[in-house]
Amino acid sequence: MDRALIRRALGDKVQFIQGDDACAYGALLAGCNFFAGYPITPATEVAEQMSILLPLVGGCYIQMEDEIASMGALVGASWTGAKTMTSTSGPGFSLMQENLGYAIMTETPCVVVNVQRSGPSTGQPTMGAYGDMMQARWGTHGDHEIIMLCPASVQESLDMTIVAFNLSEQFRTPVLLFIDGELGHMRERLVIPDDDEVEIVNRPMFNGQGKYLPFATDASLVPTFAPFGSGHRTYVTGLTHNEQGLPRSSSAEIHDKLIRRLADKINNHRDQIIRYEEFYADDCDIAIITYGITARTCRDVVEQARSKGIKVGMLRLITIWPFPDDLVARWAERVQAILVPEMNLGQMIHPIREAVAGRCKVAPLFRIGGEIHTPVEILTALEELQCQLC
Amino acid sequence: MSTLLKPKTAAELRDLYVRQEMMPTIFCDGCGLGNVLNYTLWALDELQVDLNQVVFVSGIGCSSRLSGYVNSDGMHTTHGRALSFASGIKAANPNLTVIVFTGDGDGAGIGGNHLLHTIRRNMDLTVILVNNFIYGMTGGQSAPTTPIGGISSTTPYGNVEYAMDICALAMALEAPYVARWTVNQPYPPIKSIAQGIAKRGFALIEMLVPCPTAYGGRNGLKGVERIWQWYRDNTVLLDDFEHIMEFGTHEEQEEIKHKIKVGVLQDSERECFDEQWAKLVERVKL
Ligand SMILES: Cc1ncc(C[n+]2csc(CCOP(=O)(O)OP(=O)(O)O)c2C)c(N)n1
Ligand code: SF4
Ligand SMILES: [Mg+2]
Repeated sequence: MDRALIRRALGDKVQFIQGDDACAYGALLAGCNFFAGYPITPATEVAEQMSILLPLVGGCYIQMEDEIASMGALVGASWTGAKTMTSTSGPGFSLMQENLGYAIMTETPCVVVNVQRSGPSTGQPTMGAYGDMMQARWGTHGDHEIIMLCPASVQESLDMTIVAFNLSEQFRTPVLLFIDGELGHMRERLVIPDDDEVEIVNRPMFNGQGKYLPFATDASLVPTFAPFGSGHRTYVTGLTHNEQGLPRSSSAEIHDKLIRRLADKINNHRDQIIRYEEFYADDCDIAIITYGITARTCRDVVEQARSKGIKVGMLRLITIWPFPDDLVARWAERVQAILVPEMNLGQMIHPIREAVAGRCKVAPLFRIGGEIHTPVEILTALEELQCQLC
Repeated sequence: MSTLLKPKTAAELRDLYVRQEMMPTIFCDGCGLGNVLNYTLWALDELQVDLNQVVFVSGIGCSSRLSGYVNSDGMHTTHGRALSFASGIKAANPNLTVIVFTGDGDGAGIGGNHLLHTIRRNMDLTVILVNNFIYGMTGGQSAPTTPIGGISSTTPYGNVEYAMDICALAMALEAPYVARWTVNQPYPPIKSIAQGIAKRGFALIEMLVPCPTAYGGRNGLKGVERIWQWYRDNTVLLDDFEHIMEFGTHEEQEEIKHKIKVGVLQDSERECFDEQWAKLVERVKL
């Protein structure tokens, strides 16, 4: 797409906008030219913004009849070579699971934004939460890996949406971008990066040499792409398939090889996928491991606690899946306790505990109901932990 | 529309259009799905479509396996969702000819909501919906098309639900092209499929196809001959129907009233989604 056109569509370089809009801006900058979605609070503004922007730059926006159809349309569009995105919240994300699995199985690049709200069911539509962290990991059936990013600011919502597109193109897999109702609707200063600051990755394309095998791979474990209509007569199926793409659903060997490759193409490239931020990593007794909007409160509390003599460090996860277990294990070696504040009743604490593997204490601090943690609440928890350690 | 000049033999069609590695098909003996494939290939041949620009999309079911047998780009998707994927393909690249194979369960049951909205949007798709009155692939459970009283593996004492008329739904939603045919008449369906592909906008071709394995046997229609005879006895050409309703005797009218109407049921023009969208982009593009 025409970069100059995208710039004009986005307007001023510095703006004061909400997280949902920043996701839409990031998508456009990443080259997204197809959006299919269904309205849902607190994600609706992503769709609304895309419905404004896409026609301005010659892309396609389509409101589908539900989230099942939205996810299907993304996959179809992606196979024509489009860069695709949808946005939703908990109930819609539940509906997307089957076709999300199809996208994983068929190695279809696409980005799914989930502006989380409290569940289960309709729950608290207008309130933020982080209740879908585990559904993201295991929501669709069968063995699989998933890539998921959790930004913590409006600026990062834009930046990480671009990263989400790039990772989905590079590894030919759906990438989830999870924020929450708070961040989605929070307004902050946003600086739109210049073109030379925006890295754009495109899916590896078939080079035309020899016969095209749509699901054969080299050492990268990522197959090359040829869009529908390019004359290669590709067959895409959610059934277990061979390198040619043809169904081979009764072969244990082909299934084993395919599903392990799909997992390995992500797991073998964890160093390129995993993003995080550390504070006082080498000078702390207690760590906070956090993500999303909660990390912002934690960041302030770390300074407050340190000024009170509590030696606290902080690890902010940006990539949630694949889970950075080595990183968490290294933190567990260094500290005596890890505090895990979450806007749910305990989801990421499970992989954290697994990675810590008893090396130190892991303390939960869960809050649901729609409000974010207060600084006092986190500080008090740190003080209590400090007491227990003395 | 060109006429069928030199119909090719099945072997010629196979060499030109069939994905050889997928042969033989998974279909049972006596299944009508092979005929649907043949008719579709004939239609493609009649139109001389560039197969490199065609995508066959399908859901899940015996009928949805048809997409794999055509040697074009193809997408075998999830149960009931073929139209969603097909809509994404067509909206993102309107130059492609997108043809959907679906079943009565796939297209009208689990996928019913997508069917109605895809028609409402007037997506330029050709949908060949195979109605065999049953969920064939899973062994013969009742479908939204199973006749009332019909026996299936989940209606062992007879179906108490009414069957839906899929074409009537499409017509009510103003689909530009709606036709219904049985597989025992080859030429009309070939012509309809070709007309559907040529039509800009949503085209539905409902094919009444026998499933001797999962439906026929349980419903007193064992053997291909009997099941084909059932289709002959229980369908009426639209033209005949209209003629009899106007000029026939009361007895004649009573006899055909409950028969399934076959023919081209609707043929009109309506701007399709990608045309509308292209105009919008033209209007607002920076
Ligand atoms: C979500 C989901 N539910 C159920 C199934 C199981 N299933 C596979 S095919 C099928 C019925 C297909 O019926 P129809 O579309 O009429 O195709 P036919 O086999 O009769 O041609 C069902 C229920 C599935 N694959 N996915
Ligand atoms: S089960 Fe019925 S529809 Fe399926 S292949 Fe056999 S005869 Fe055909
Ligand atoms: Mg059926």
